[in-house]
Amino acid sequence: MSDAQTQIPVTVLTGYLGAGKTTLLNRILSESHGKRYAVIVNEFGEIGIDNDLIVESDEEIYEMNNGCVCCTVRGDLIRVVEGLMRRPGRFDAIVVETTGLADPVPVAQTFFMDDDVRSKTKLDAVVALVDAKHLPLRLKDSKEAEDQIAFADVVVLNKTDLVTPEELAKVEATIRAINPAARIHRTTRAGVALSEVLDRGAFDLSKALENDPHFLEAHDDHDHHDHDHDHDHDHHHHDHDGHDHHHHAHPSDIHDVTVQSVSLRGGEMDPKKFFPWIEKITQMEGPNILRLKGIIALKGDDERYVLQGVHMIIEGDHQRAWKDGEKHESRLVFIGRELDAERLKKSFDACQAA
Amino acid sequence: MPTVAPLDLEGHCLAAVFLGDVPHFALADGAIHRLDNGHKTVQANDGLLAAFHDAANDRLITGGEDGKVFAVKAGGETQEVASAGKKWITSVAAGPQGAIAYATGKTAFVRFADGKTKEFLHPRSVEGLAFSPKGMRFGVARYNGATLHFPAAEGKPVELEWAGAHTGITFSPDGAFLVTTMQENALHGWKLADGKHMRMSGYPGKVKSLSWSVKGKWLASSGAPAAIVWPFSSKDGPMGKAPLELGTRGNAMVTAVACHPSQDVVAVGYDDGMVMAVRFADAKEVLLRRPGKGAITAMMWDKEERRVAFGSAAGDCGVIDITA
Repeated sequence: MSDAQTQIPVTVLTGYLGAGKTTLLNRILSESHGKRYAVIVNEFGEIGIDNDLIVESDEEIYEMNNGCVCCTVRGDLIRVVEGLMRRPGRFDAIVVETTGLADPVPVAQTFFMDDDVRSKTKLDAVVALVDAKHLPLRLKDSKEAEDQIAFADVVVLNKTDLVTPEELAKVEATIRAINPAARIHRTTRAGVALSEVLDRGAFDLSKALENDPHFLEAHDDHDHHDHDHDHDHDHHHHDHDGHDHHHHAHPSDIHDVTVQSVSLRGGEMDPKKFFPWIEKITQMEGPNILRLKGIIALKGDDERYVLQGVHMIIEGDHQRAWKDGEKHESRLVFIGRELDAERLKKSFDACQAA
Repeated sequence: MPTVAPLDLEGHCLAAVFLGDVPHFALADGAIHRLDNGHKTVQANDGLLAAFHDAANDRLITGGEDGKVFAVKAGGETQEVASAGKKWITSVAAGPQGAIAYATGKTAFVRFADGKTKEFLHPRSVEGLAFSPKGMRFGVARYNGATLHFPAAEGKPVELEWAGAHTGITFSPDGAFLVTTMQENALHGWKLADGKHMRMSGYPGKVKSLSWSVKGKWLASSGAPAAIVWPFSSKDGPMGKAPLELGTRGNAMVTAVACHPSQDVVAVGYDDGMVMAVRFADAKEVLLRRPGKGAITAMMWDKEERRVAFGSAAGDCGVIDITA
């Protein structure tokens, strides 16, 4: 059985060639932060550091033989993680670097679908590096660039010195449109504080959503940036109370973005209605759902219920007691493609307790 | 009552074997420990990933994180037999006439006894390797099936297809059947004469340990709360037949199996470190070792059929003497 004490955290680094993954990796391997990392790369390539714990591995995507097309895992990771974990004590955490074109989903799903991997490691966060200059081009010519952003917990918006403030604002708005829940860090030379990419606990149900006051706000008031953000999303600010605002689907207002997010808000849910509903939604819409996250207020329950999912995989748990005076509110965000926002909203609303 | 001579080591044990009559224990750090008038150790790989007992040559073939293949003989003689660069050696096997096979990434290599090496490229990763007991033929477990190569001859390999990721591979001792372990909780088999499929599923966990009984009449497997033992004595193998379930426990999973060299008896190791011997005919159980610190990962009977060497994921290894 999984034991949180001994589960090694795994950070997944995605991003196109030239976005700055190697720069960030070299920093992780060379800066003194008191932690030792095992790094799984596709090619030894330009990592200029000699380290026994850099493992080269061929990306192997395996479809699980269960009839579900979105149930894919990285077969090579299962093997490498198994090998690494036979000698624990050599490292404190694992970083997986994916190739530029990689789909982040199989990587993430490996840490949920394989029992051996799951018992020994836990996915900490998916970090996407984005080249501020070339993102618009990347979004035009590939689905992967968009998937990587949609799937990320943290987006490192790199090479900001190569674009004008207007271009930067536009790129950031694009990232927001693809993924309203991710944290965005503007950097040059991948100069983000390592504490912002490592040990995030983004998949840890007990603290994930706690960690991130902005999570699920979905209205872009990400004021953890120390820059002003007078770009085109500010009009969403602080109008959460208006009931007509509790779902947004914005795939279309920015060019070349096909991923959308649907944010739902409601009061207390009837568990007898909510759980069958979320099961059904993830079964039926699973292939279209990249990520889902939520905090649910269940009627008659003193504790917050948190859940998260990747495609058809969903997990949930009680997180903590509702605080005195805290509004018993349910929030749920879906990031995916071809999501029917109206239908999701209606069926979600129908799960509310009478 | 069986007695246990413990050998408490630090680390995950990948192989527990008898070389000569000396028990050897290969650990994940690459150290090979042996009980040979006291506890002795030699270092093979810098990081062990795969080990295969080459019974015909009385040696252990190992592959590791250092990209090297070693042959370890009784008495601690350790020889580097191959090197494949910086990449991990993830699978090794030994075959007839002193041949060995090893794999890194998508490439399998066969090294013949004379030192000549042949390379076999695959479109996907080589997950498992095994030689056929007869003739110079070896099989590769891969995504969506298995590939059979004939390294001594030129010519095309034989492809056996079955959807899913195949992670391990073994030939029956008579060479009639090929069986793979899968990423899903199942085994898959092929009758090589006609390519007929055999699905062996229903396991609650992944199958990581397989062992053929004497003359290949049965195939024992881990991955369930009991040793699942499939009948292979008829010409069509286990098709349409139910397996034996031996040594069933309610609260533990079988993690390793090792069939007795001459009798229809299997040593069964569990995830809590317990070891039992179970007879096929009447499912009678004998406790060989009480639960220990870690899951049993490796076992082997000695030639005198008197002792069982075992290793665990936590390093608490040892030798069980069943006659004492």
